[in-house]
Amino acid sequence: MPDVPAGFDPKQARIASQWAHDRPLIACRFDPAGRYVFCGSEDAVVERFQLADGAKTILSGGHDTWVRALAFSKDGAQVVSGGCDGKLTWWETAAEAPAPIRSIDAHQGWIRSLDVSPDGTLLASGGNDNLIRLWNLADGTLVRELAGHERHVYNVAFHPQGQFLLSGDLTGALKQWDFAAGTEVRSFDAKPLHSYNGGQQVDFGGIRALAVSPDGKWLAAGGLHKASNPLGAVHEPLVLLFDWQTQKLERQLIAEGITQGVVWRLRWLADGSLMGLSGGGSGGFLLFWKPDVDKDYHRFQLPNLARDMDLHPDGLQVATAHHDRHVRISRLTSG
Amino acid sequence: MKVGYACGTIEHTLARRQFLGTLAVAGAGAVAGGLGVFSRPAVARQLESQQKRIVVFNMHGGLSQLESWDPKPGTDTGGPFRAIPTSVPGIHVCELLPKTAQQMHHLCLVRGVNTSEDDHGKGAYMMLTGRRQTPAADFPQIGAVAAKALTPAGSSLPGHILITPGGGGGRGNDAAYLGPKYSSIYLGNGNPPQNTVRPENVSEASDMARQDFRRQVNERFLNRRRTAVTEAFTYSYEQARQLMQQRDVFDVTKEPEADFDRYGKHDFGRHCLLARRLLEQGITFVQLSHSNYDTHNENFNFHIEQLGEFDQSFSCFVADLAARGMLDSTLIVVLSEFGRTPNVNQYYGRDHWSRAWSICLAGCRVPRGAVYGKTNANGTAVEEGEVDHGKLFHTYLQAAGVDSTGSFDIDGREMPIADPSVAPVSELLT
Repeated sequence: MPDVPAGFDPKQARIASQWAHDRPLIACRFDPAGRYVFCGSEDAVVERFQLADGAKTILSGGHDTWVRALAFSKDGAQVVSGGCDGKLTWWETAAEAPAPIRSIDAHQGWIRSLDVSPDGTLLASGGNDNLIRLWNLADGTLVRELAGHERHVYNVAFHPQGQFLLSGDLTGALKQWDFAAGTEVRSFDAKPLHSYNGGQQVDFGGIRALAVSPDGKWLAAGGLHKASNPLGAVHEPLVLLFDWQTQKLERQLIAEGITQGVVWRLRWLADGSLMGLSGGGSGGFLLFWKPDVDKDYHRFQLPNLARDMDLHPDGLQVATAHHDRHVRISRLTSG
Repeated sequence: MKVGYACGTIEHTLARRQFLGTLAVAGAGAVAGGLGVFSRPAVARQLESQQKRIVVFNMHGGLSQLESWDPKPGTDTGGPFRAIPTSVPGIHVCELLPKTAQQMHHLCLVRGVNTSEDDHGKGAYMMLTGRRQTPAADFPQIGAVAAKALTPAGSSLPGHILITPGGGGGRGNDAAYLGPKYSSIYLGNGNPPQNTVRPENVSEASDMARQDFRRQVNERFLNRRRTAVTEAFTYSYEQARQLMQQRDVFDVTKEPEADFDRYGKHDFGRHCLLARRLLEQGITFVQLSHSNYDTHNENFNFHIEQLGEFDQSFSCFVADLAARGMLDSTLIVVLSEFGRTPNVNQYYGRDHWSRAWSICLAGCRVPRGAVYGKTNANGTAVEEGEVDHGKLFHTYLQAAGVDSTGSFDIDGREMPIADPSVAPVSELLT
């Protein structure tokens, strides 16, 4: 586990800064060097905000429509964006006016999730064509395709120890892949994150968030449950906590009182607790859980519904992408 | 509700002669006091060949026009989907309809619908009756009107069928003053009408004797007291008997297995295949529902799922009707109670929106490979070719050969077939 940074205290969370775009935001990621936060939005561009002063740079020409997913090369020199146009586009992270380095048609339909392998060589993408594809991050060539999901792939995440890739779909199918061999190793039962509403005749839910603890002990899968009215956004946030070794569902992490919300992202914190972003009719919340307690030990309400979240490399700053067009930087410290 | 059957009008005289003539040709099977046995004589076949039919696809909950017929990619309201070209150069639809796009040369998009009603029930009523709902009057739905106006005299099949997504059978309360004879028959989840199998413990002989006795009693009663109610009562028995004899008409499993694959192995695919079967068998009006488009939450995810089903089944349906030469005689209407807001809400949803939305038509007199009406750049208002529910109702009927400016004679009262204060859209009629 990384060292707990000085001053770390989620109960002292506060918003330190916020910057606006022209359209509602849907995605956000810090670059590995911690200089910028990049955002996707309800338009066809990527926004880069400089943390030092909020200076905004628009990255255009890489997509025809919304960008939902962002990932960085291990050294932070390049950022890759994945769009609802099924394209992957590479950019220079810190260029004064970044232009597309390359753009490839990667999936038929939306790209919903990206992740980079721990060794920095592979980019994984998951999309609405029910496929996971692995790309050579250096040149954008296709390395491998992983087929097996029967519905849209909502999330992909590499295991920090490097041999496995995890993927989750709409129906709660959560697969563990040996990505070098291209084989499915085992699956976890994340069905509580999915439901079919017979009255409305819709499937709903899915694995909206995935996070493996840095020590490899826990696998957390986030999303929603109690979807009494999927079409009306009535559902509650839920995180399933699995023991990685035994695959046992150890705990269902909940947030009492948040009657309309979904967990959009999960990040493990340096003190071993889990941070989740819930966004929905109840508002936007950063939720904090200990692995051994069902209920959140703290929650920080954000000023507007949020749709994505990321943790800064310093372990103290949190970026949230909001419907009101703002990206907000919160600090988990009193300092 | 007494009907002046002895009024001696030409209309009733003709209808009576037609009815009796059919019975006469039917020969020994014809009986008094009911529909008789229709053996499809030459006249009936001629009528059938000229018969127009209507099929309505009701996109329940309110289909998003922006994710279907009127995409606005790259605008603040356009959402994440792109527009794709169709089989008609210059016409684009949302990328969620790639197969339907290839049938565009059969279709006509109406992009200037403004119904100014954002309530589900009221909007559905308006789109299906052509009128606003008022406490003072009830109006028949398009299916009942079509059944009365288009079903050949003496047809042994019901004229008004609703294929519902689930539930059981039964009949709808949707014919208003046209009477229960024209009310819909529900085919719950595409199953044949309920209670149309003779119980095993009733022999065929005893069933026939029972029916004969009923007819005798009916005939004696009707000689003196013929009313709309007694006729509907009699008709219901005869129709039930006809349904029992023609149960196969409603049995979609008789369709080729390969068609199930083409239409999609889901309920809606099966329902579309059943609709094709019913229309081919001579049913006048069929309505299907596809649920659920009331996507206040995660509009885009739900439209991907729902329109994926719709696109596969609907495109096959249109292609099959065209290939079988049925489009000239079958009007296809794809409607909702309203569209969805151009604004994307904080839940990635779209809400109710009736001021600028779209429907899709095909067949009969409707121009093919066409677009009528136009919304502004981001779809918030109609710019050209504005139409409403009343005009559309007239247009559906005119397209199918019904003079919608005429009236039904109901118990001696002239009841306008459609709202007399509005007219059909002439540009949508060839």
